[in-house]
Amino acid sequence: MKKQNQKAWFFVLPVLLLVAFNALIPMMTVVNYSVQETFGNNLFFWQGLDWFENILRSERFHAALGRQFLFTGLILLIEVPLGVIVALSMPRKGFWVSICLVTMALPMLIPWNVVGAMWNIFTLPDIGLVGYFMNHVVGIDYNMTQDPFAAWVTVIVMDVWHWTSLVVLLSYAGLVSIPEAYYQAAKIDGASNWAVFRHIQLPKMKSVLTIAILLRFMDSFNIYTEPFVLTGGGPGNSTTLLSIDLVKIALGQFDLGPAAAMSLIYFAITLLVSWLFYTLMTKDNTN
Amino acid sequence: MAKISLSKLRHSYFDNPKSPEDYALKEIDLEWSDGGAYALLGPSGCGKSTLLNIISGLLTPSEGSVLFDQQDVTALTPDKRNIAQVFQFPVIYDTMTVFDNLAFPLRNRHVDEATVRKRVTEIAAMLEIEDMLRLRASGLSPDNKQKLSMGRGLVRDDVNVVMFDEPLTVIDPHLKWKLRSKLKELHQQLKLTMIYVTHDQTEALTFADKVIVMNDGEVVQIGTPVDLFNRPTHTFVGHFIGSPGMNILPCEMRGKQACFQDMPVKLEGPINAEIKGTAEIGIRPEFVSLGKKGIPAKVRTVADVGRHIVVHAEVKDVTVAAIIAEDVPSVGDDVHLVFESAQTRLYRDGWLATELPKSGTRAGKRTGTATRKAAAK
Repeated sequence: MKKQNQKAWFFVLPVLLLVAFNALIPMMTVVNYSVQETFGNNLFFWQGLDWFENILRSERFHAALGRQFLFTGLILLIEVPLGVIVALSMPRKGFWVSICLVTMALPMLIPWNVVGAMWNIFTLPDIGLVGYFMNHVVGIDYNMTQDPFAAWVTVIVMDVWHWTSLVVLLSYAGLVSIPEAYYQAAKIDGASNWAVFRHIQLPKMKSVLTIAILLRFMDSFNIYTEPFVLTGGGPGNSTTLLSIDLVKIALGQFDLGPAAAMSLIYFAITLLVSWLFYTLMTKDNTN
Repeated sequence: MAKISLSKLRHSYFDNPKSPEDYALKEIDLEWSDGGAYALLGPSGCGKSTLLNIISGLLTPSEGSVLFDQQDVTALTPDKRNIAQVFQFPVIYDTMTVFDNLAFPLRNRHVDEATVRKRVTEIAAMLEIEDMLRLRASGLSPDNKQKLSMGRGLVRDDVNVVMFDEPLTVIDPHLKWKLRSKLKELHQQLKLTMIYVTHDQTEALTFADKVIVMNDGEVVQIGTPVDLFNRPTHTFVGHFIGSPGMNILPCEMRGKQACFQDMPVKLEGPINAEIKGTAEIGIRPEFVSLGKKGIPAKVRTVADVGRHIVVHAEVKDVTVAAIIAEDVPSVGDDVHLVFESAQTRLYRDGWLATELPKSGTRAGKRTGTATRKAAAK
């Protein structure tokens, strides 16, 4: 057998160490908690896979997971098409390009808890701009601290406001990379606007859209700060998404074992969905 | 199908062009007859792509009009003009199969499916891609992608003109030759008007019946490949076409006698007296020979380029190229250059200033076969 140069491993070593300290080792402590029970005093008892079983059978977990999928599904359904439409209608050259791009990027520059606080005040029924307008001008009874539906609408609108820009910017990057000749050829071939979108723009945007959807899925599936600041998970449990529920279990009830098990399940779901989606989307490119 | 006329066409990419330099196209009047094979030849940036895009309707000219059979189409969009264009880089619809790609221009025009099938199969057979019809277009090799782009250009039989914008740039050299002859063959089969834009003289001269040479936004000469080779009307054409290009030599006029480095040079015919300006002598290396008598020169380089030998000799400080077949001199030899007078022309400010002798045989005809060969190379 040919002797291979193994020196390359030394170049990987620093990254390996870094990842070990910021990801692998912390995660292993979570794995450690997930199979034990503790009553404080740093005393741990072996529990096996009981916590995993408990979590997977728990009604509370099912409900939070359902809300989480509903939330992520809704925001993807809104943000992706909306982002593509906005990107399509943005100018490709000239004075307005940079203005549009900066305006688009602005919401993403605002810290998450600030976004939550902003929308909280914004939607207060008596003093918030939207809250006041809805209640006193339009005449719709809108109070997201009492009405689950209003709370959901607010959380979703807030996320759309905050993150559609990401889809817009990525799609726009895909769009501007299409050579002019494609549009010219399509014009000469007599293609309709829809055909241009379907056969030129969409295929060329496919890879950036895959990334955009993947990022939006992971981000929204793990979302915590904004809905926590905005609704605190309420009214009742109606906007208690997975991460909010997790924090309640871990830090509110201090059930480290079940919280650790839930974290691992949560992580596995995120990873599985992302992997499935990415594999499906990039399957065509390989053959 | 139609005759295409361009009338007083000018185009500038600036909003308020002032000087002539602001124009990418300067006053073009041209006619393209139905069914012809034309080449637009010129260096990069000479305005040939601009002209093409104006004919196809992708660009609206600043001034002037485009007529298809007397009908003014200047304001029409590309899809209304019924033309086809093949671009420099292959444009294919990745999501579709090869068949659907070829059918796309037809289906957009609501051609019935039976005709679509017939046309697509025919064109695919001509381009030798019929065994790929069921494949996804995105998986094709670059040359097959370009064939597919060409196929989409040729699939409609009612187009007014098919335009090729340097279509062989991305193709490997050995396939270039094949595709070029394929195009020529397709032109003969389909009898469509074709305009082929290129900066490669070999492509232009082999493809076209008529070549339009452009430089700096102007049409410098229109003619058959033989015309361009034999009697370039401008030193640019002489230099641009041929390998090596025409010798353009400084000339001093002594009365009616043209002199090169104090040696009198006999020209093809009388000089057009009206033209004033700097005089230059133009002669192709093919018509410069080495003899016992003539202009004394010193050989500087001798290059064997395969089928013939290119000699560069210096007459004082001016280098003259000559193409010879036998009696090869060595570098440093003293030789005498002989110019074939029937092929020696005078240019004034770049433009041809000699006339063919009124009587007698036309010089070009005598050497026609030889030059055609040389031009096609």
